[in-house]
Amino acid sequence: MAGTSLKTVTYHVRRFEPGKDAEPRWEDHRVEVTPGMTVLDGLWKVKELFAPTLAWRSSCRMGICGSCGMLINGRPRLACNTQIEELKSDVVAVGPLPNFAIIKDLVPDLYSMFDTHRDLMPFLLRDDTKEQEAPTGEYWQTPHELEHYLQFSYCIKCGCCMAGCPTVATDPEYAGPMPLAQAHRYDSDSRDGGFAKRREVLSGGRGPWRCHFAGECSRVCPKGVDPAKAIQLMKQDLVFDMLRLRTRKPGSKVVEAPHGKRKDDIPAAPTRTA
Amino acid sequence: MRDRTLWTWHLFAGLVILVFLGLHMVIMHLDATLHVGNPFPGGAVDWANVAARMKSMFFAITYVVLLGAALFHGLYGFRNVLFELNPGGGLRRLVDAGFTLVGLALFVFGAWVALAAPGVAMRMGG
Repeated sequence: MAGTSLKTVTYHVRRFEPGKDAEPRWEDHRVEVTPGMTVLDGLWKVKELFAPTLAWRSSCRMGICGSCGMLINGRPRLACNTQIEELKSDVVAVGPLPNFAIIKDLVPDLYSMFDTHRDLMPFLLRDDTKEQEAPTGEYWQTPHELEHYLQFSYCIKCGCCMAGCPTVATDPEYAGPMPLAQAHRYDSDSRDGGFAKRREVLSGGRGPWRCHFAGECSRVCPKGVDPAKAIQLMKQDLVFDMLRLRTRKPGSKVVEAPHGKRKDDIPAAPTRTA
Repeated sequence: MRDRTLWTWHLFAGLVILVFLGLHMVIMHLDATLHVGNPFPGGAVDWANVAARMKSMFFAITYVVLLGAALFHGLYGFRNVLFELNPGGGLRRLVDAGFTLVGLALFVFGAWVALAAPGVAMRMGG
Protein backbone atom coordinates (compact mmCIF):
# COMPACT_ATOMS: atom_id res chain seq x y z
CA MET A 1 0.00 0.00 0.00
CA ALA A 2 2.94 2.33 0.66
CA GLY A 3 3.17 5.00 -2.00
CA THR A 4 -0.48 4.63 -3.09
CA SER A 5 -2.09 8.04 -3.18
CA LEU A 6 -5.28 8.22 -1.08
CA LYS A 7 -6.28 11.78 -1.85
CA THR A 8 -4.88 15.25 -2.26
CA VAL A 9 -5.02 17.76 0.57
CA THR A 10 -4.28 21.45 0.73
CA TYR A 11 -1.51 22.45 3.09
CA HIS A 12 -2.44 25.89 4.40
CA VAL A 13 0.87 26.99 5.88
CA ARG A 14 1.60 30.15 7.83
CA ARG A 15 4.80 31.89 6.81
CA PHE A 16 6.44 34.68 8.74
CA GLU A 17 9.97 35.95 9.11
CA PRO A 18 10.24 38.70 11.73
CA GLY A 19 12.38 41.58 10.56
CA LYS A 20 11.66 40.75 6.94
CA ASP A 21 7.89 40.29 6.68
CA ALA A 22 5.57 43.03 7.89
CA GLU A 23 2.96 40.47 8.92
CA PRO A 24 2.34 36.74 8.61
CA ARG A 25 0.93 35.36 5.37
CA TRP A 26 -0.64 32.03 4.41
CA GLU A 27 0.47 29.81 1.55
CA ASP A 28 -1.53 26.97 0.02
CA HIS A 29 0.12 23.88 -1.46
CA ARG A 30 -1.50 20.71 -2.80
CA VAL A 31 0.03 17.52 -1.43
CA GLU A 32 -0.79 13.93 -2.27
CA VAL A 33 -1.48 11.80 0.77
CA THR A 34 -0.25 8.24 1.08
CA PRO A 35 -1.32 5.75 3.77
CA GLY A 36 0.27 6.45 7.16
CA MET A 37 1.49 9.86 6.08
CA THR A 38 1.93 12.29 8.93
CA VAL A 39 1.60 16.07 8.91
CA LEU A 40 5.38 16.20 9.24
CA ASP A 41 5.83 14.01 6.15
CA GLY A 42 3.55 16.41 4.30
CA LEU A 43 5.62 19.38 5.41
CA TRP A 44 8.73 17.71 4.02
CA LYS A 45 6.90 17.30 0.70
CA VAL A 46 5.88 20.97 0.74
CA LYS A 47 9.48 21.95 1.40
CA GLU A 48 10.79 19.64 -1.27
CA LEU A 49 8.33 20.62 -3.98
CA PHE A 50 7.08 24.15 -3.33
CA ALA A 51 8.64 26.10 -0.44
CA PRO A 52 12.33 25.32 0.09
CA THR A 53 12.73 28.10 2.67
CA LEU A 54 9.90 26.84 4.91
CA ALA A 55 11.26 26.42 8.46
CA TRP A 56 10.16 24.20 11.34
CA ARG A 57 11.75 22.08 14.04
CA SER A 58 11.67 18.30 14.00
CA SER A 59 14.00 15.52 14.93
CA CYS A 60 12.94 12.06 16.06
CA ARG A 61 9.78 11.59 13.93
CA MET A 62 8.24 9.36 16.60
CA GLY A 63 6.75 11.59 19.29
CA ILE A 64 9.72 11.42 21.63
CA CYS A 65 11.79 14.56 21.19
CA GLY A 66 9.00 17.15 21.34
CA SER A 67 10.48 19.34 18.62
CA CYS A 68 7.63 19.44 16.14
CA GLY A 69 4.84 20.98 18.22
CA MET A 70 2.63 23.04 15.88
CA LEU A 71 -0.87 24.37 15.60
CA ILE A 72 -2.50 21.87 13.28
CA ASN A 73 -6.09 22.53 12.25
CA GLY A 74 -6.54 24.81 15.26
CA ARG A 75 -5.11 22.46 17.86
CA PRO A 76 -1.56 22.18 19.24
CA ARG A 77 -0.19 18.79 18.22
CA LEU A 78 3.01 17.02 17.31
CA ALA A 79 3.33 17.04 13.51
CA CYS A 80 5.10 13.67 13.56
CA ASN A 81 2.44 12.10 15.73
CA THR A 82 -0.55 13.28 13.69
CA GLN A 83 -1.61 11.34 10.64
CA ILE A 84 -3.25 13.42 7.93
CA GLU A 85 -6.10 10.93 7.68
CA GLU A 86 -7.03 11.35 11.33
CA LEU A 87 -7.66 15.07 10.72
CA LYS A 88 -10.61 14.07 8.49
CA SER A 89 -10.25 17.20 6.42
CA ASP A 90 -9.03 18.12 2.97
CA VAL A 91 -7.23 21.12 4.42
CA VAL A 92 -4.25 20.85 6.74
CA ALA A 93 -3.78 24.26 8.33
CA VAL A 94 -0.35 24.48 9.94
CA GLY A 95 0.83 27.39 12.05
CA PRO A 96 3.37 27.92 14.81
CA LEU A 97 2.42 27.22 18.44
CA PRO A 98 0.48 30.19 19.85
CA ASN A 99 1.62 32.02 23.01
CA PHE A 100 5.24 32.09 21.85
CA ALA A 101 7.24 34.59 19.86
CA ILE A 102 8.02 33.39 16.34
CA ILE A 103 11.58 32.86 15.17
CA LYS A 104 10.55 31.95 11.65
CA ASP A 105 7.53 30.31 9.98
CA LEU A 106 6.64 27.34 12.22
CA VAL A 107 9.52 27.77 14.67
CA PRO A 108 8.41 29.16 18.04
CA ASP A 109 10.82 30.77 20.46
CA LEU A 110 10.62 28.43 23.47
CA TYR A 111 13.13 30.30 25.62
CA SER A 112 10.47 31.83 27.85
CA MET A 113 9.16 28.35 28.67
CA PHE A 114 12.56 26.81 29.31
CA ASP A 115 13.75 29.78 31.38
CA THR A 116 10.81 29.31 33.74
CA HIS A 117 11.33 25.56 33.67
CA ARG A 118 14.95 26.02 34.76
CA ASP A 119 13.96 28.53 37.48
CA LEU A 120 11.73 25.87 39.04
CA MET A 121 14.71 23.56 39.45
CA PRO A 122 13.52 20.46 37.57
CA PHE A 123 16.02 18.10 39.15
CA LEU A 124 16.48 16.31 42.46
CA LEU A 125 17.30 18.78 45.22
CA ARG A 126 18.93 17.15 48.20
CA ASP A 127 21.30 18.03 50.97
CA ASP A 128 23.73 15.21 50.25
CA THR A 129 25.64 16.94 47.47
CA LYS A 130 28.60 14.58 47.93
CA GLU A 131 26.40 11.55 47.36
CA GLN A 132 25.01 13.11 44.20
CA GLU A 133 28.46 13.87 42.83
CA ALA A 134 30.01 10.55 43.76
CA PRO A 135 27.20 8.02 44.32
CA THR A 136 27.86 5.21 46.76
CA GLY A 137 24.50 3.58 46.21
CA GLU A 138 20.97 4.25 44.99
CA TYR A 139 18.18 6.46 46.32
CA TRP A 140 15.52 4.23 47.78
CA GLN A 141 12.12 4.41 46.12
CA THR A 142 9.22 2.00 46.14
CA PRO A 143 7.05 1.31 43.08
CA HIS A 144 4.18 3.01 44.92
CA GLU A 145 6.26 6.17 45.40
CA LEU A 146 7.19 6.06 41.73
CA GLU A 147 3.49 6.10 40.80
CA HIS A 148 3.13 9.53 42.45
CA TYR A 149 5.05 11.24 39.68
CA LEU A 150 5.50 8.71 36.87
CA GLN A 151 2.76 10.17 34.67
CA PHE A 152 4.22 13.66 34.92
CA SER A 153 7.68 12.41 34.00
CA TYR A 154 6.44 11.48 30.51
CA CYS A 155 6.52 15.17 29.53
CA ILE A 156 8.64 15.83 26.44
CA LYS A 157 8.56 19.65 26.76
CA CYS A 158 6.98 20.14 23.35
CA GLY A 159 5.12 23.26 24.49
CA CYS A 160 1.67 22.13 23.26
CA CYS A 161 0.20 22.65 26.74
CA MET A 162 1.61 26.18 26.87
CA ALA A 163 0.10 26.91 23.47
CA GLY A 164 -3.32 25.69 24.58
CA CYS A 165 -3.40 27.46 27.95
CA PRO A 166 -5.72 30.51 28.08
CA THR A 167 -3.93 31.90 31.14
CA VAL A 168 -0.53 31.79 29.44
CA ALA A 169 -2.17 33.64 26.55
CA THR A 170 -3.19 36.54 28.76
CA ASP A 171 -0.71 36.63 31.63
CA PRO A 172 3.00 36.82 30.81
CA GLU A 173 3.93 36.33 34.47
CA TYR A 174 2.19 32.95 34.83
CA ALA A 175 4.67 30.07 34.69
CA GLY A 176 2.43 27.87 32.55
CA PRO A 177 1.46 24.21 32.65
CA MET A 178 4.73 22.60 31.57
CA PRO A 179 7.04 24.21 34.17
CA LEU A 180 4.42 23.86 36.91
CA ALA A 181 3.74 20.22 36.12
CA GLN A 182 7.47 19.52 36.11
CA ALA A 183 7.95 21.34 39.40
CA HIS A 184 5.22 19.13 40.85
CA ARG A 185 6.83 16.07 39.28
CA TYR A 186 9.94 16.71 41.42
CA ASP A 187 8.01 17.89 44.47
CA SER A 188 6.19 14.56 44.51
CA ASP A 189 9.34 12.50 44.02
CA SER A 190 10.23 10.74 47.27
CA ARG A 191 13.93 11.19 46.51
CA ASP A 192 13.60 14.97 46.36
CA GLY A 193 13.76 17.47 49.21
CA GLY A 194 13.38 20.75 47.33
CA PHE A 195 9.72 21.59 47.98
CA ALA A 196 10.52 24.67 50.09
CA LYS A 197 12.92 26.09 47.49
CA ARG A 198 10.45 25.65 44.65
CA ARG A 199 7.69 27.08 46.82
CA GLU A 200 9.61 30.35 47.01
CA VAL A 201 9.90 30.52 43.21
CA LEU A 202 6.18 29.82 42.92
CA SER A 203 5.10 32.77 45.05
CA GLY A 204 3.20 35.59 43.38
CA GLY A 205 1.67 35.53 39.93
CA ARG A 206 4.11 32.92 38.72
CA GLY A 207 2.57 30.14 40.75
CA PRO A 208 -0.37 27.84 40.14
CA TRP A 209 -3.00 30.20 41.55
CA ARG A 210 -3.82 31.81 38.21
CA CYS A 211 -4.78 28.44 36.75
CA HIS A 212 -8.56 28.30 36.57
CA PHE A 213 -8.61 24.74 35.38
CA ALA A 214 -9.63 25.22 31.75
CA GLY A 215 -8.02 21.80 31.25
CA GLU A 216 -6.91 22.57 27.71
CA CYS A 217 -3.29 21.70 28.58
CA SER A 218 -4.32 18.15 29.42
CA ARG A 219 -6.58 17.85 26.39
CA VAL A 220 -3.83 18.76 23.92
CA CYS A 221 -0.92 16.96 25.63
CA PRO A 222 0.34 14.38 23.12
CA LYS A 223 1.84 12.22 25.88
CA GLY A 224 -1.13 12.08 28.27
CA VAL A 225 0.79 13.86 31.00
CA ASP A 226 -2.24 15.74 32.38
CA PRO A 227 -0.54 18.96 33.51
CA ALA A 228 -3.87 20.33 34.80
CA LYS A 229 -3.98 17.51 37.32
CA ALA A 230 -0.40 18.23 38.37
CA ILE A 231 -1.27 21.89 38.93
CA GLN A 232 -4.30 21.04 41.08
CA LEU A 233 -2.17 18.60 43.10
CA MET A 234 0.45 21.32 43.46
CA LYS A 235 -2.19 23.70 44.83
CA GLN A 236 -3.26 21.00 47.27
CA ASP A 237 0.34 20.47 48.37
CA LEU A 238 0.90 24.20 48.90
CA VAL A 239 -2.33 24.62 50.88
CA PHE A 240 -1.58 21.54 53.01
CA ASP A 241 1.90 22.94 53.58
CA MET A 242 0.42 26.23 54.79
CA LEU A 243 -1.95 24.38 57.11
CA ARG A 244 0.95 22.25 58.36
CA LEU A 245 -0.79 19.14 57.04
CA ARG A 246 1.76 18.21 54.40
CA THR A 247 3.95 15.27 55.28
CA ARG A 248 7.45 16.52 54.80
CA LYS A 249 9.93 14.29 53.06
CA PRO A 250 13.59 15.07 53.57
CA GLY A 251 14.57 12.90 50.59
CA SER A 252 14.78 9.14 50.63
CA LYS A 253 17.76 7.29 52.06
CA VAL A 254 20.66 5.91 50.09
CA VAL A 255 20.79 2.14 49.81
CA GLU A 256 23.46 -0.12 48.49
CA ALA A 257 23.16 -0.91 44.81
CA PRO A 258 22.00 -4.47 44.11
CA HIS A 259 24.72 -7.01 43.43
CA GLY A 260 22.88 -9.51 41.27
CA LYS A 261 24.69 -11.49 38.63
CA ARG A 262 24.40 -9.86 35.21
CA LYS A 263 22.94 -12.04 32.49
CA ASP A 264 25.45 -13.01 29.83
CA ASP A 265 23.60 -11.26 27.01
CA ILE A 266 23.36 -7.90 28.79
CA PRO A 267 26.45 -5.72 28.25
CA ALA A 268 28.03 -3.88 31.17
CA ALA A 269 27.21 -0.21 31.68
CA PRO A 270 29.79 2.19 30.18
CA THR A 271 32.40 3.45 32.59
CA ARG A 272 31.84 6.82 34.23
CA THR A 273 33.59 9.57 32.27
CA ALA A 274 33.16 12.65 34.47
CA MET B 1 2.93 33.43 49.57
CA ARG B 2 0.05 35.89 49.70
CA ASP B 3 -1.65 34.21 46.75
CA ARG B 4 -1.59 30.89 48.52
CA THR B 5 -3.24 32.37 51.60
CA LEU B 6 -5.91 34.17 49.57
CA TRP B 7 -6.62 31.07 47.51
CA THR B 8 -6.94 28.93 50.65
CA TRP B 9 -9.38 31.42 52.16
CA HIS B 10 -11.26 31.43 48.87
CA LEU B 11 -11.58 27.65 49.17
CA PHE B 12 -12.76 27.80 52.78
CA ALA B 13 -15.20 30.59 51.93
CA GLY B 14 -16.62 28.35 49.20
CA LEU B 15 -17.16 25.58 51.75
CA VAL B 16 -18.85 27.99 54.18
CA ILE B 17 -21.13 29.19 51.37
CA LEU B 18 -21.95 25.60 50.50
CA VAL B 19 -22.96 24.80 54.08
CA PHE B 20 -24.92 28.00 54.75
CA LEU B 21 -26.63 28.12 51.38
CA GLY B 22 -27.58 24.51 52.02
CA LEU B 23 -29.08 25.65 55.30
CA HIS B 24 -30.91 28.42 53.44
CA MET B 25 -32.29 25.87 50.97
CA VAL B 26 -33.49 23.62 53.78
CA ILE B 27 -35.14 26.42 55.77
CA MET B 28 -36.58 28.54 52.98
CA HIS B 29 -37.34 26.13 50.17
CA LEU B 30 -37.81 22.72 51.78
CA ASP B 31 -40.01 23.88 54.65
CA ALA B 32 -43.02 21.99 53.36
CA THR B 33 -41.20 18.66 53.72
CA LEU B 34 -38.53 19.17 56.41
CA HIS B 35 -39.95 21.85 58.79
CA VAL B 36 -36.53 23.02 59.97
CA GLY B 37 -35.93 26.51 61.44
CA ASN B 38 -39.54 27.64 61.18
CA PRO B 39 -41.32 27.24 64.54
CA PHE B 40 -44.70 28.52 63.34
CA PRO B 41 -47.07 27.16 60.69
CA GLY B 42 -47.73 29.17 57.54
CA GLY B 43 -44.49 28.73 55.61
CA ALA B 44 -40.95 30.14 55.74
CA VAL B 45 -41.96 33.66 54.65
CA ASP B 46 -44.81 33.97 57.13
CA TRP B 47 -44.15 37.05 59.37
CA ALA B 48 -44.11 35.01 62.57
CA ASN B 49 -41.34 32.78 61.17
CA VAL B 50 -39.44 35.72 59.70
CA ALA B 51 -39.55 37.51 63.06
CA ALA B 52 -38.49 34.35 64.88
CA ARG B 53 -35.42 34.05 62.66
CA MET B 54 -34.65 37.77 63.04
CA LYS B 55 -34.67 37.46 66.83
CA SER B 56 -32.45 34.38 66.85
CA MET B 57 -28.78 34.98 67.64
CA PHE B 58 -27.93 31.76 65.76
CA PHE B 59 -29.37 33.21 62.56
CA ALA B 60 -27.71 36.60 63.17
CA ILE B 61 -24.33 34.86 63.37
CA THR B 62 -24.99 32.70 60.32
CA TYR B 63 -25.97 35.82 58.34
CA VAL B 64 -22.71 37.53 59.31
CA VAL B 65 -20.59 34.46 58.53
CA LEU B 66 -22.34 33.90 55.20
CA LEU B 67 -22.01 37.58 54.34
CA GLY B 68 -18.27 37.55 55.04
CA ALA B 69 -17.70 34.33 53.13
CA ALA B 70 -19.80 35.40 50.14
CA LEU B 71 -18.18 38.83 49.96
CA PHE B 72 -14.67 37.41 50.12
CA HIS B 73 -15.40 34.58 47.69
CA GLY B 74 -17.14 36.85 45.19
CA LEU B 75 -14.72 39.74 45.34
CA TYR B 76 -11.67 37.48 45.15
CA GLY B 77 -13.20 35.73 42.13
CA PHE B 78 -14.01 39.05 40.48
CA ARG B 79 -10.48 40.27 41.21
CA ASN B 80 -9.10 37.20 39.43
CA VAL B 81 -11.36 37.87 36.45
CA LEU B 82 -10.03 41.43 36.28
CA PHE B 83 -6.46 40.19 36.62
CA GLU B 84 -7.06 38.00 33.57
CA LEU B 85 -7.04 41.28 31.66
CA ASN B 86 -3.42 41.56 32.71
CA PRO B 87 -3.37 45.02 34.33
CA GLY B 88 -0.08 46.61 35.39
CA GLY B 89 1.32 46.44 38.92
CA GLY B 90 -0.11 49.84 39.96
CA LEU B 91 -3.57 48.99 38.71
CA ARG B 92 -3.45 45.63 40.47
CA ARG B 93 -2.66 47.34 43.77
CA LEU B 94 -5.50 49.78 43.12
CA VAL B 95 -7.92 46.92 42.43
CA ASP B 96 -6.75 45.13 45.60
CA ALA B 97 -7.17 48.27 47.72
CA GLY B 98 -10.54 49.14 46.15
CA PHE B 99 -11.94 45.65 46.62
CA THR B 100 -10.69 45.51 50.21
CA LEU B 101 -12.39 48.81 51.03
CA VAL B 102 -15.64 47.92 49.24
CA GLY B 103 -15.65 44.47 50.86
CA LEU B 104 -15.06 45.86 54.35
CA ALA B 105 -17.70 48.58 53.91
CA LEU B 106 -20.31 46.10 52.68
CA PHE B 107 -19.41 43.68 55.46
CA VAL B 108 -19.76 46.32 58.18
CA PHE B 109 -23.08 47.52 56.76
CA GLY B 110 -24.43 43.97 56.29
CA ALA B 111 -23.26 42.85 59.72
CA TRP B 112 -24.92 45.88 61.30
CA VAL B 113 -28.20 44.98 59.55
CA ALA B 114 -27.97 41.35 60.68
CA LEU B 115 -27.11 42.22 64.28
CA ALA B 116 -29.76 44.95 64.49
CA ALA B 117 -32.47 42.59 63.22
CA PRO B 118 -33.45 41.14 66.67
CA GLY B 119 -34.18 44.64 68.02
CA VAL B 120 -36.16 45.57 64.92
CA ALA B 121 -38.24 42.39 65.18
CA MET B 122 -39.03 43.09 68.82
CA ARG B 123 -40.05 46.71 68.10
CA MET B 124 -42.33 45.48 65.31
CA GLY B 125 -44.00 43.04 67.68
CA GLY B 126 -42.56 39.90 66.21
